[in-house]
Amino acid sequence: MNTPSELKYAASHEWLSPDGTVGISDFAQDQLGDVVYVELPEVGREVTAGDTIAVVESVKTASDIYAPASGTITAVNEELSGSPEKVNESPYENGWLFKMDVTEVGADLMDAEQYAETAE
Amino acid sequence: MTQTPDSPPEPTLRRTPLHAAHLRAGARMVPFGGWDMPVQYAGLKAEHDAVRNSAGMFDVSHMGEFRATGPGALAFLQGVTTNDVSKLRPGRAHYNWLPGEAGGLIDDIYIYMVAPDEYLLVVNAGNIDKDWAHLQKHLAGHDLTLSNESDQWALLAVQGPKTLELLQPFSDTDLAAKKKNAYFAAKLFGFDVMLARTGYTGEDGFEVFVGASQAETLWDKLLEAGIAPAGLGARDTLRLEAGFPLYGHEFSDTIHPLSSSYGWVVKDKEHLGRAHITAAPQQKLIGLKLERVPVREGYPVYADGVQVGTVTSGSSSPTLGHPIAMALVDAAHAESESFEVEVRGKRHPATRMALPFYRGA
Repeated sequence: MNTPSELKYAASHEWLSPDGTVGISDFAQDQLGDVVYVELPEVGREVTAGDTIAVVESVKTASDIYAPASGTITAVNEELSGSPEKVNESPYENGWLFKMDVTEVGADLMDAEQYAETAE
Repeated sequence: MTQTPDSPPEPTLRRTPLHAAHLRAGARMVPFGGWDMPVQYAGLKAEHDAVRNSAGMFDVSHMGEFRATGPGALAFLQGVTTNDVSKLRPGRAHYNWLPGEAGGLIDDIYIYMVAPDEYLLVVNAGNIDKDWAHLQKHLAGHDLTLSNESDQWALLAVQGPKTLELLQPFSDTDLAAKKKNAYFAAKLFGFDVMLARTGYTGEDGFEVFVGASQAETLWDKLLEAGIAPAGLGARDTLRLEAGFPLYGHEFSDTIHPLSSSYGWVVKDKEHLGRAHITAAPQQKLIGLKLERVPVREGYPVYADGVQVGTVTSGSSSPTLGHPIAMALVDAAHAESESFEVEVRGKRHPATRMALPFYRGA
């Protein structure tokens, strides 16, 4: 399982980069299976860490995505509307979900090593 | 991210004779109807495609088997089912219903005629206890023995266009000569099995009844023969594409079974619950197609701004590449073309699509 060390991770499997980009982990995309639909938040929306702000759907199930930080949504990955499979193919790069202007990082985010232990 | 949790199997979950084989094949196990069952191995889409294009196998050993034996077996079965059991001949099987006394279905089942005065009933896993109790209640006055053999049998469904070609080298029986719904004894990899040319995927294939103690060896032989293991996830997307109702979704104790287009299962005969079955259904089961957003069981369906029904099964269709769903809607809207389905508070357009969504070659 791939867990880049420069990212922070939520127990609910979202990752947050230092520049405020958010996605789901390699472990999460593998557990979900083939992603067929992604519902993303509106740009400009203000969110609190822990809010449900997106949905990733695999063939069988819909999974809620939680904000790993408080702040404002500044961009969403428009590519995913036509190519949701990028979440599976490239969870840390092309498959990113949205970007935030972070005011406060979620209190219980983990570093890569801690997360890798919980997600085994 | 949260999803249906992969919770550790509860100690009370039952295991099929193939449980260890599933773990060896890398299955992700989930609780299903009281059983610890494989939902997927390599991945749902890959397994779905294997069945559509080649061959895959499902462990359906959790399903129940009841044997009805005796001179009164036919009369008994005629009274508790809707299809005409007298039309069966030894070595033939058919789809049938157990109607409820107060309407709805107790279960939808398959009946195999083994020999004169001997029938095998295959029932849904989650309904074994309910069906057993129901049938026991109506045995009085009939000269037959009903036995529950559910624990003695493992059941494997081998499905897909290449099933025949892959199985034939390992059987002494001319499999191609067996018609749909044939039921017969055969040797497969040297094991004595019962085969039925039946399935639940919309593809050709055989269901293999094998003694529980031999199941794991047979499974390994089938793997070596090039048949891909497929889990409950693919089983559900395959049956949905093929337009097959699933008990607990499209059928239940309360849903009028003639909401579906399976009216042919009800023949002109006397049976339990007849008055309810012959009453006109208030709802119709329809197929829906969506552009992008998958819809799931329980989502409300609207027409002209008013709720007219509910999604009973929904998924992205791996074969068609867009979301599909079955929904029960008010009979008045059965012919409507345009609907909306509410997903997380927002309504999305849905178009009626004829069932089945997919028809095999």
